[in-house]
Amino acid sequence: MQFWIVQSLNSLALGGLLFLLATGFSLIFGLMRIANLTHGALFMLGAYVGVTTLKFVPNLWLAALIAGLLVALFGGLLERSILRRLAGNALGQVLVTLGVSFIVADFCLIVWGGDPIPIAAPTSLQRPIVVGNIAFPAYRLVVLGIAIITAIALHLLMERTRLGAMIRAGVDDMQMARAVGVPVSRLFTTVFCLGAALAGAGGVIAGPIMSAYPGLDADMLPLALIVVILGGVGSLLGAFVGSFVIAIIYTFGSALLPDLAYVILFLPMIVVIAFRPRGLFGRRST
Amino acid sequence: MSAAARIVLVLVLVAFPLIGGDFYINLASQIFIAALFATSLNLLVGYGGLVSLGHAAWIGLAAYTSAWLYLHLGLRHWITAPLALVNTTLIAGLFGWIALRATGLGFLMITLALSQVLWGTAYRWAAVTNGDNGLSGLTRPAPFGISLDGPAAFYYFSLTVTIVAVWMMARLVNSPFGAALRGSRDESRRMSALGHNVWLVRWLTFVYSGFWGAVAGLLFVYYHKYIHPTALSLTSSAEVLLGVIAGGAGTIAGPIVGAAIVLILKNYVSAYLDRWNMLLGAVFVVIVIFMPDGIVPGIRRWSARLRKT
Amino acid sequence: MTPALQITGLRKAFGGLPAMNGVSLEVLQGERRLIIGPNGAGKTTLFNLITGDLAPDAGAIRLFGEEVSHLKCHQRAHRGVARTYQIITLFPKDTLEHNIVLALLGMSSVRWNAFRPLAVETSLCEEARRVLGLVGLERSATRMIGEVAYGEKRRVEIAMALAQKPKLLLLDEPLAGLSLEERVAVKALIAAIPRDVTVVMIEHDMDTALDLAERITVLHYGSVIVEGTRSEVVTDPKTHEVYLGA
Repeated sequence: MQFWIVQSLNSLALGGLLFLLATGFSLIFGLMRIANLTHGALFMLGAYVGVTTLKFVPNLWLAALIAGLLVALFGGLLERSILRRLAGNALGQVLVTLGVSFIVADFCLIVWGGDPIPIAAPTSLQRPIVVGNIAFPAYRLVVLGIAIITAIALHLLMERTRLGAMIRAGVDDMQMARAVGVPVSRLFTTVFCLGAALAGAGGVIAGPIMSAYPGLDADMLPLALIVVILGGVGSLLGAFVGSFVIAIIYTFGSALLPDLAYVILFLPMIVVIAFRPRGLFGRRST
Repeated sequence: MSAAARIVLVLVLVAFPLIGGDFYINLASQIFIAALFATSLNLLVGYGGLVSLGHAAWIGLAAYTSAWLYLHLGLRHWITAPLALVNTTLIAGLFGWIALRATGLGFLMITLALSQVLWGTAYRWAAVTNGDNGLSGLTRPAPFGISLDGPAAFYYFSLTVTIVAVWMMARLVNSPFGAALRGSRDESRRMSALGHNVWLVRWLTFVYSGFWGAVAGLLFVYYHKYIHPTALSLTSSAEVLLGVIAGGAGTIAGPIVGAAIVLILKNYVSAYLDRWNMLLGAVFVVIVIFMPDGIVPGIRRWSARLRKT
Repeated sequence: MTPALQITGLRKAFGGLPAMNGVSLEVLQGERRLIIGPNGAGKTTLFNLITGDLAPDAGAIRLFGEEVSHLKCHQRAHRGVARTYQIITLFPKDTLEHNIVLALLGMSSVRWNAFRPLAVETSLCEEARRVLGLVGLERSATRMIGEVAYGEKRRVEIAMALAQKPKLLLLDEPLAGLSLEERVAVKALIAAIPRDVTVVMIEHDMDTALDLAERITVLHYGSVIVEGTRSEVVTDPKTHEVYLGA
């Protein structure tokens, strides 16, 4: 019993982290029609920037905020200086993001070295929550809370604000959005920065659970990809549900059949692609 | 290429082990494997318009299957090789069926996700793959009793296999099937209306490409006598794709030239600098922005212009 | 005799917007049928449903008596459906001859051969030149599609469809964008199509199109408003309301 409860809570925490990563990926894909393959690297860069920031600012949340902003700045530069030049060439853009992800990963290796660097949870959250005979790290519940709050905030952003209306219009029909005067160029940069910020901050928040280590990018990117394939491109709800579904499958898979955790991930993907290629909540096919 | 140029090329390739040192002979063998591998990906990328970011799956699957059968079941090479090819080709059939539910970026994402699943599995399924330690203690086959352990012997072996493979793939490109494949790349709707089964054409190409990828995988594991999960990594898939694009997708010579350049670059950079990933990324960015057609078409355009003036 | 094309209760909506609102129509074998209607009437959607580019939400499509709604586009092509596109859809980097060869290949089992060079299939090339001859383009056979004039591309569109030896030929605005002389030439070309081919044509240019058609169907907002012979349709007040009167 204890096993099931603890693993369920673990998968909820992982789902929260995945959501922070995948929702930006999904929005960027939905709006700009490009798969941003730097997204895993941005997550890792965020974690490492968090490591350094924590040396000067001993507060994890502040560090996450700072890392989010710095990674957003980097994302904005990437979008403005490189992706912009390749407008209309989706494949070229994707290949460039792949190239940049290698550069970022190697940069992190040079600066922060090859050993995993742990990130401590805030002291107030280090004591586990004990209910009956089950002890559970409080930090993970907070991570889940952050993901839910972020999801609600993004939902309000999308449904209640002018920016959100423009994003929705762009995801549905770019030509139409352009025709009715949506400033597409600025919108692209904004959404790219937003996605990068979520990934960067997500990396820091993931720190106390995963640490910062080389290869974090390659571990996270496929999970985000599968979430988006499962949930559908450009769908907030899809990213949310997909993140938790994948996190549950991955966590229990790793615990019960550690050898084949990745193969188990593969199964929901096949089912969804076979029967609903748009993903569970996607409006357009990938 | 003119007939004279071809003869010179063949003579140089045949004579090379007589003049080159072991280091260069081995480098050449690796270039052949990379060229064969890139050519198989080019069928999809260049002629099918289907950009796969999961081609490393075929090298890895074939290599792991062959190594595992040899180490765990003690089977001999003449049995392990066809079994590895069959196994990899069957999985290519399955992956193709899934990935071709989409085209364009969807196809790219699904191939990437599928190959990452294999990569993750290679690390974790230690009972089969020996995890991060990789599988070692492998041998090279000895076809017709000829040992391939020497650099020159392996050179001629991989050269022969590569020539046959590239020739077969070039035949496909110039065949009616190849014409249907290119037509499906350019105007898939029109091709369906003309009676072509576009999906099946693509799927068969995917499987064929996987088969030759598997052949490259066998050469790869015979050469190294070792296989590690990094062979399945995104970096591997990216390297071969870079070779195809840098050399010139949709040409026969392009991916061969591109793969050779990537491999030479990798060997030298790893030897002196240990910053391969950064360079790989940088070359990717530069090629995509400044030379999206690739080197071979670029040179062709250039020489055509020279001839005109 | 079974009709060449029999459509009953065909419906199709795009994201809630109905484009085909329960269309039924019947085209006899060998008939020349003209489909007219204002922009957005659903004419091209109807073609896309017949060829299998789109799947209907409801209704049945019978080709020579066989229900084909469940068949894919390429399967219907093998049952004798060929079409041209309103927006030129050719292979611009290939020669005229190669374009026609692709059409011939679609109907030939040679297309699965992945080993013999295409260049060896001389009979295909000869046949392609013969078909190009039908539309008066045999001299341009080795030119790239991208290099020839718009009017010539229009003729290649038709040649490609003819190369398929169709039983049912769907022409989507074959005269669109052509000059007066070119119109005359293409019109003669359509008039010369053998009688065993059933032809359904969408055309905006009424003066030209009316000469070619025996029966006319007027579509409006995805429904058949009027159907009948030339004179019946021209005199019907509903036609004037939705189309001619505009």
